[in-house]
Amino acid sequence: MLFTSYGFIAFLAVLFLAYYLVLRKWQWGLLLAASYFFYAFAGLDCLIFIFLTTASAYVIARLMDRGHRKEAEFLDQHRAEMEKEERKKYKATQKKKRFRILLLGLVLLFGVLAVLKYTGFALLNLNALLGAFGAEKAFSVPDLLLPMGISFYIFQTTGYLIDVYRAKTVAEKNPARLALFVSFFPQLVQGPISRHSDLAAQLYAPHDFDRRGFTSGIQRILWGYFKKLVIADRILVAMRVLVESAESYRGVYVLLLILLYSAQIYADFTGGMDITIGIAESLGIRLKENFKHPFSSKSTKEYWNRWHITMGSWFTDYVFYPLSVCRPMMKLSTFSRRVLGAKIGKRIPVYLATVVTWFLTGLWHGAGWNFIVWGLLNCLVILVSQELEPLYAKFRKSAPRLTSSWGYGKFMAVRTFLLMGLIRSLDCYRDVGLTFRQWGSMLTVWNVGDFSRGVMTLGLDLADWIILLVGCLVMAVVASITAKTDLRERLYDKPILSWVIFGTLLIAILLFGAYGVGYDASQFIYNQF
Amino acid sequence: MKKRILIAVCAILLLSVLLGLLQALVVPKYRENPEGALTEEYYAQAGGHDVLFIGDCEVYESIVPAILWEEYGISSYVRGSGQQLVWQSYYLLEDSLRYEKPQAVVFNVLALKYGTPQSEAFNRMTIDGMKWSSSKVNSIRASMTEEESFVDYLFPLLRFHSRITDLSADDFRYIFDAPAVSQSGYLMQTGIAPMTEVQRPPRTLDETLPETAMDYLEKMRVLCEKNGVELILMKAPTNSWAYWWYDGWEEQIVDYAEEKQVSYYNFIPLCDEIGIDWTTDTYDEGVHLNVYGAEKLSKYFGNILVKDHAISDRRSDAELAARWNALLCSYYEQKKEKEGAEE
Repeated sequence: MLFTSYGFIAFLAVLFLAYYLVLRKWQWGLLLAASYFFYAFAGLDCLIFIFLTTASAYVIARLMDRGHRKEAEFLDQHRAEMEKEERKKYKATQKKKRFRILLLGLVLLFGVLAVLKYTGFALLNLNALLGAFGAEKAFSVPDLLLPMGISFYIFQTTGYLIDVYRAKTVAEKNPARLALFVSFFPQLVQGPISRHSDLAAQLYAPHDFDRRGFTSGIQRILWGYFKKLVIADRILVAMRVLVESAESYRGVYVLLLILLYSAQIYADFTGGMDITIGIAESLGIRLKENFKHPFSSKSTKEYWNRWHITMGSWFTDYVFYPLSVCRPMMKLSTFSRRVLGAKIGKRIPVYLATVVTWFLTGLWHGAGWNFIVWGLLNCLVILVSQELEPLYAKFRKSAPRLTSSWGYGKFMAVRTFLLMGLIRSLDCYRDVGLTFRQWGSMLTVWNVGDFSRGVMTLGLDLADWIILLVGCLVMAVVASITAKTDLRERLYDKPILSWVIFGTLLIAILLFGAYGVGYDASQFIYNQF
Repeated sequence: MKKRILIAVCAILLLSVLLGLLQALVVPKYRENPEGALTEEYYAQAGGHDVLFIGDCEVYESIVPAILWEEYGISSYVRGSGQQLVWQSYYLLEDSLRYEKPQAVVFNVLALKYGTPQSEAFNRMTIDGMKWSSSKVNSIRASMTEEESFVDYLFPLLRFHSRITDLSADDFRYIFDAPAVSQSGYLMQTGIAPMTEVQRPPRTLDETLPETAMDYLEKMRVLCEKNGVELILMKAPTNSWAYWWYDGWEEQIVDYAEEKQVSYYNFIPLCDEIGIDWTTDTYDEGVHLNVYGAEKLSKYFGNILVKDHAISDRRSDAELAARWNALLCSYYEQKKEKEGAEE
């Protein structure tokens, strides 16, 4: 069921009504039923996968939790008779046992993800490699089912398991409650990737109808639909032409693609997130924000602290940090310090962990070399920026007035925006070689004179371009206002103005939205990841 | 709190009115493709008809009610629209029977060749103009193609919203009401595009009419029977391969008509007898008749209706005669105007 389908709107209306009419103790049960109902539209096969994920996570988490409890009980009972060293040894043994259980869970869950998402990619590369060595036979590439949102819910579930292992959260005793945490429908499709400690209690708590929260949620949903239907899906038409006829649209059109795709993915992903967070808010549940004005970032590092925040923090907490402090990395650190000296040596483990993290981030986005190269290029920019930081600091010190000026700040933001846009275009062309050739054409093909004619061949007429420009302008203005103040909170005290904005937004979506017959109903871009 | 509720109620009312206006603005007015306006025009004249003609373009371009009145005093109406599928004809008939009980219903059989929904655009042209009733709901459900949604019929704004950037002066001029494009359902064509060579029909492997279509024909017969209305089948003259009437189809209809005791008139082999000249009586090289061909066919068929089906001559009904005389004037005025424009 697409978020943009009439069926989904009807589903939401019925759910909201039922949610506040049923007994409060049944609310979470209703949410679970609604989530499975929603997910069933993706296919019953998909339902089996999410059910098995939940079941295995339940068992693994309970086993680890039991280990925690047993350890605590044992230490309590034998506190007097055990030496400190003995206690330490006992704890280490128990931790190792729990780690084995955790490992089993991670292998199981990531194994499912790896098999379903990456088997085809791995076999294709293996065949290419064998072909290069003259092998005549090739492995047949199976067309495996990729359940909707699997990357998101597997990550959320593995995060939960690691948190239980680290005793940062308690394992769910009620499997149905865990099922709701894994399958909560608004975030199932494209995140945010929530932490059990943030979300679980809210999901199971009873919620009274709160007019302010409900209104605010509905407004946010509408704003999300505006971004998705008026801007993102309109750009989709031009993007298809630019990508499918890439050889005809080179030079200045590659720059246009970068700008259009930046606007599209921002409107699509933040729009989807507005709908997701808005739905949760209307149900009395607060989800983590996933974006914080990313296009105002002045560096790549800052950008990644503002874009898809929950995914970034997942990789930081569950990949980067554990990798940086694991035993082999510690050994590598000692070795590299000894061989290369303290200054360079201390960087080696950090850089290695960064490269691995970004490699995995790229791979998470999709089974393709373009995604891997995308991840590694992001990593490269971050590491180079880090290395050049002393130079930047020197420059800032030598020209404090310039570097603290408004114009310089904007220059940095535009530079970061274009750089990120350039790397992001790997998403569009899906072919690393083609992407590099298209980038090169920006320097070698001079077709600016042809631009005004060519831009009208992209499937959008003048009215579409005007709607797009106005839409993007509105989006930018709203983003700059919300960066400074909580717009919806301020509007709540001005009901007439609030209704004017609400009505205008609704009419704009209904009239200018790219939906219905004649338009392709498109999934959110992040659904594919 | 009370103030907030009052503001919300006012805002919702205002928003509903605004959306209603916008919907009226963006729905097509069908001035350039007038066949889309035909369904709705019926309601202004509903009632008092002795014969209803139901079907696709072969009816609304072949039968002239004004001529039937002028020649035989037959009060009739054509409920046809572009590519009107058989189930759409069935539900239009069901709809019409709420307003009147004619002596006979004439159904043109060409549409029986389609057994599945065909085109969203033609669906909208046929269905949008219907007044809301169970017939309209059923017609929508039977007609929707895969890309369509019932909600789009319920709120046409959702379907036609993209026209907002493509509005013409007509959309504003006819936002609430538009003048009729037809003459009692007949869509006049005065142009002449002769059929210069006899075309050969394409071969079809299976010359069997779809079961769904035949089921609806049977439903139509039963509906007529229940309402005491005689069902008559006709096949309008055509001479184009694009609308070829195959022998296999003909046999099936003849068999059906015999079995169910229904009259069936295939006018294709009767063209010479009717006096149709394919060099002057068609506006699109033999696919459809123009007004000159349609007048000839109407005179010929009117005679059959009177003689073989005892359709009453109502010219003695003063009230009806006054109404029809006005319609007749309008018909000739339009004909003169169109002929002038053609020249």
